[in-house]
Amino acid sequence: MTSLNVPVNRPIELSAPPSLRFDNVEFNLLGHQLFGPCSFTLDGTGPTLVMGPNGAGKSLMLRLAHGLLAATEGAITWSGDETPRQAMVFQTPVLLRRSALANLTHALAVNNVPRKRRAELAREALARFGLSACADTPARVLSGGEKQRLALARAWALSPSVLFLDEPTSALDPAAIKDVEAAVQEFHERGTRIVMTTHDLHQARRLAGDVLFLAGGKVQEHTPADIFFSAPASRQAQAFLSGELVA
Amino acid sequence: MEENAFYVALSLLVNLDASLYQIVVLSLQVSLVAVLIAALLGFPLGAAVGLWQFPGRGGVIVALNALMGLPPVVAGLGVYLLLSRAGPLGELGLLFTPGAMVIAQVILVLPILAALSRQKVEELLGEYREQFVSLGMSKARMMPTLLWDARFALLTVLLAGFGRASAEVGAVMMVGGNIDGVTRVMTTAIVLETSKGALPLALGLGIVLLTLVMAINATAYILSETAKRRMG
Repeated sequence: MTSLNVPVNRPIELSAPPSLRFDNVEFNLLGHQLFGPCSFTLDGTGPTLVMGPNGAGKSLMLRLAHGLLAATEGAITWSGDETPRQAMVFQTPVLLRRSALANLTHALAVNNVPRKRRAELAREALARFGLSACADTPARVLSGGEKQRLALARAWALSPSVLFLDEPTSALDPAAIKDVEAAVQEFHERGTRIVMTTHDLHQARRLAGDVLFLAGGKVQEHTPADIFFSAPASRQAQAFLSGELVA
Repeated sequence: MEENAFYVALSLLVNLDASLYQIVVLSLQVSLVAVLIAALLGFPLGAAVGLWQFPGRGGVIVALNALMGLPPVVAGLGVYLLLSRAGPLGELGLLFTPGAMVIAQVILVLPILAALSRQKVEELLGEYREQFVSLGMSKARMMPTLLWDARFALLTVLLAGFGRASAEVGAVMMVGGNIDGVTRVMTTAIVLETSKGALPLALGLGIVLLTLVMAINATAYILSETAKRRMG
């Protein structure tokens, strides 16, 4: 298991988000090539929406970029001298068996935030995502939407420069989806690089600055959102957008 | 009527028989201290085996699982040899003291706590792993988080350990010596009374022991169920 080299306790940066570069990245498992070889750079303002059919390698790409998986071949590099502070929100939020507040203070504690500041930062993040009333509620009895907002609040409290989201709304109802999308916008406005996978074309239209379209473990195209939705270059993306079944 | 075990048990309890009281308190003290020490060692050990990959890990897991069934008399013999005057720790003068009984029970309980907590920690780690790595946690930092989040499951494990300690007779008999007023506990007293033919007294003691163990388990069960319902 790889361990992230996340710098701790740095002030929030409002400058351009760090850019991410994939250089001939491959991921193989048991002799099967599951991802790549892929090369691309995410250096715009984003948010970057990663789209593509099931099994296209969207989640793999996110996990490779975040460092949850190590690339078999190639290099993944960030602009700047050090790896930027990152956070990830999963499709099913992983929450500790403690109160909502304690979930946040735990994340702050492992990031070496001084004890005195933890509760204050945690309450601030809970308030921002409308969870103040649930502070003392055990995280695991919250509703699905509240759980995902708590996962976002946890990421927010860590003030990451990069936020990965892996289909964060696929199990949520429209009201909860709206909350999550608003939260993603807030991160974006704070200057966080957003890299998010989704199946939902409408959601991608609402959020995307640029689209990274994957199929068969390879990047088919990486284009600004307006171009992607009006005149996609690759045949797979044309088929995907017109509702055909892309393999 | 005096020959009835339940009557004997009841009258022992109602009259607060001084020697019975002493035996019960010593039994609880020895077993609780042993389980506490075994937990302080066994839970981190189990979590470490669950978390880290190292050569011989499979062997350690098999050994821990097998030692859950270690015959108490074998543990007793080991501790006896260790603590006897000619043994390596003979100078401590611990043989035939409650301290020796605690050591023997720790040896019996430790594998249960370590083996079962390893399973619980591994289950939980499967669920938490990606989030932990995402948060940049080292394995050493994961350990306390996993142990705390497995607390309800570990309470049940603790009870299993306490059950083994309080029910055990062979090891405490060998290293404690069943000395009246010094190292006599419930189980060794039952053995003695049975061998003397004082069956109602032996049965009465048995009922008291059973009641105690039931009461402790019931309390722990109610506590953990309430907490579990609250935490979801």
